Amino acid sequence: MNQQTENKKNLLPTGKIKQYFIEVYEVARFITRFFKEIFLPPYEFKEIISQCYSIGYKSLALISVTGFITGIVFTAQSRPSLADFGATSWLPSLVGIAVIRALAPLITALIAAGKTGSSIGAELGSMKVTEQIDAMEVSGTNPFKFLVGSRIVATTLMIPALTMYNGLVAMFGSYLNVHANEMTSMKSFFQDAFSSISFLDIYASVAKGIVYGFTIGVTGCYKGYNTTQGTQGVGRAANSAVVISMFLIFIEEMIIVQIVNSIR
Amino acid sequence: MKKEPIRIEKNDVVISIDDLGKSFGSLQVLRSLSLQVYKGENMVLLGRSASGKSVLIKIIAGLMFSDKGSVKVLGREVGQLSTKELDVLRLKIGFSFQGSALYDSMTVRENLEFPLIRNKRHLTRHETDRAIEGVLQDVGLLETIDQWPSELSGGQKKRVGIARTLILRPEIMLYDEPTSGLDPVTSLEIINLINEVQKKYDTSSIIITHDLTCAKFTGERIAVLLNGTIGRLGSFDEVFDTDDPAIRGFYNYNFIKDS
Repeated sequence: MNQQTENKKNLLPTGKIKQYFIEVYEVARFITRFFKEIFLPPYEFKEIISQCYSIGYKSLALISVTGFITGIVFTAQSRPSLADFGATSWLPSLVGIAVIRALAPLITALIAAGKTGSSIGAELGSMKVTEQIDAMEVSGTNPFKFLVGSRIVATTLMIPALTMYNGLVAMFGSYLNVHANEMTSMKSFFQDAFSSISFLDIYASVAKGIVYGFTIGVTGCYKGYNTTQGTQGVGRAANSAVVISMFLIFIEEMIIVQIVNSIR
Repeated sequence: MKKEPIRIEKNDVVISIDDLGKSFGSLQVLRSLSLQVYKGENMVLLGRSASGKSVLIKIIAGLMFSDKGSVKVLGREVGQLSTKELDVLRLKIGFSFQGSALYDSMTVRENLEFPLIRNKRHLTRHETDRAIEGVLQDVGLLETIDQWPSELSGGQKKRVGIARTLILRPEIMLYDEPTSGLDPVTSLEIINLINEVQKKYDTSSIIITHDLTCAKFTGERIAVLLNGTIGRLGSFDEVFDTDDPAIRGFYNYNFIKDS
C-alpha cells in the first residue's frame, strides 16, 4: 500500500476511529509504564523535589492572586441575592461550601493546566526534538523515570496542596469583603464557614486535586514525550497538553461530584 | 593534514551487523545490511540524506529496534538485551548527536556531571570535578565550564557534546554528522578532535558524515550506504576509485568537480 492510499484511509471516519483507539491504547501504556517504573529503584527523589519546587512553590503567587480575587468576587456577586432575603449572614457558609467543594479545586487545576501543563509539554517536547531525551537514554539514565515520573509525581502531590492553599486564600478574600460590609469578625467568619464544611468536602477536594494533578502531569508528559515534527510539534504539544487537560478536568469534576453526592 | 596510522585489531570485532532490515511503514530504510567494525578503527558511513545512516547508529545504541537481522555490540546482541543490560552496554557507547543534544537547562559542568554522578555514584566531589575538568581540557573548552549551552557556538556545542560522552570512557564512539553546520576551520578542529579521541581514549568509532574531508581524514575505512545496504566498502581511495555515478556524485560535489 502506498503512502497516498494510507493517508486517504486515515481521512475516512474508520481511519480516525482507529487512530483514536490507538491513541487511547498508547496513553494507557504510558500510564501503566509510569506505575511500573515509579515504584522501582533507583528513586528520583532529588528531581521530584526540584519539580515540586517549580510546580508548587513557583505557582504560589499566581494561586494566591486568583484565590484572593475569587473569594472577593464570589462574595460580592452573592451578596445582592442573599440580601433580598435578608440572609447575608449566610455568606460565610455559602462561600465556604462553594470554595472548598468546587471553586478551589477547579480554579487551581485550570490555572495549573495552563501554567504547569503547557510548560511540561513544551519542555519535554523541545527535549525530544533536540534529542536530549535520547542523549539521556544513551548515557545510562532512564529518561522516562527521570523526566516523566518525577513530573507526574510532583503534579499529583502539589496540585492538592495548592488547592487547599487556594481555598484558604479565597476564604480570606471573602472575609475581607464580608468584614468591609457586615463588620463580621475573622473568628466568627471562619467559624461559620467551617461549620458548614464536612470532612467529606475536604477529602473530596483533596481527592479532586490528586486526580487533576495526575491528569495534568500525564497529559503534559505524554504530549511532550511523544512530540514529533520539530519546533511546530513543540508548540502543538504545549497547546494540546493544556486543552486536553482542561477538557479532562471538567469531565472528572462531573464524575467526582456524582460520586461524592452519592456518598453524602 | 595527515592522519597518523592506527593499529587496528582485525580479529577483534566490536560491532557486528548482519542482514539488518528496518522499515517505517511502507518505506524500507535498511535492507540486508551487513557490516563489521574492528577494534580501534574509525569507520565512516557515507550516504545520502534519509538513507538510514542515523537509523543504523540508533539501532546500534539501542534507541531503535530493527525489524530483522542481528546487531552485536561488544559481543552482545542489542535487540535481546533487557533494559538493565542495555543500560550497562550503553555506558560503553558514546553517542555524539548531530545537534549536540546538550541539556539546555544545565550548565556545561552540570551537563558533564549528569552522566557521571548517575553512573559512578562512588566518586567523590573532588574526583568528579577532576574528571569534568580533564575531559573539557581534552576538547579544549575548560574555560566554558560554567557557561550555558545557549552561550556556546555550534563548534563548542559539538565539543562539549563529545566531552559529555567521553566522561564515561566509552569503548565505542558513534558520531552523527560531527561537522554538519560548521565552518571549514571549525570542521577541521572537530576532525582533529575525533582523531585525538581515537588515539587517547582508544575508541572504535562509526562516523556518519556527508563531508568527504572529514571522511578522508578520520576514517580508516569508508562504507557507502546505497539503497539501504552497504554499496561500497574500503579505504577512501578504494571507495572512490569507481565510475558509479552514485558514488562519484559525493566526490564531485565535495571536491567541486564538474559532473
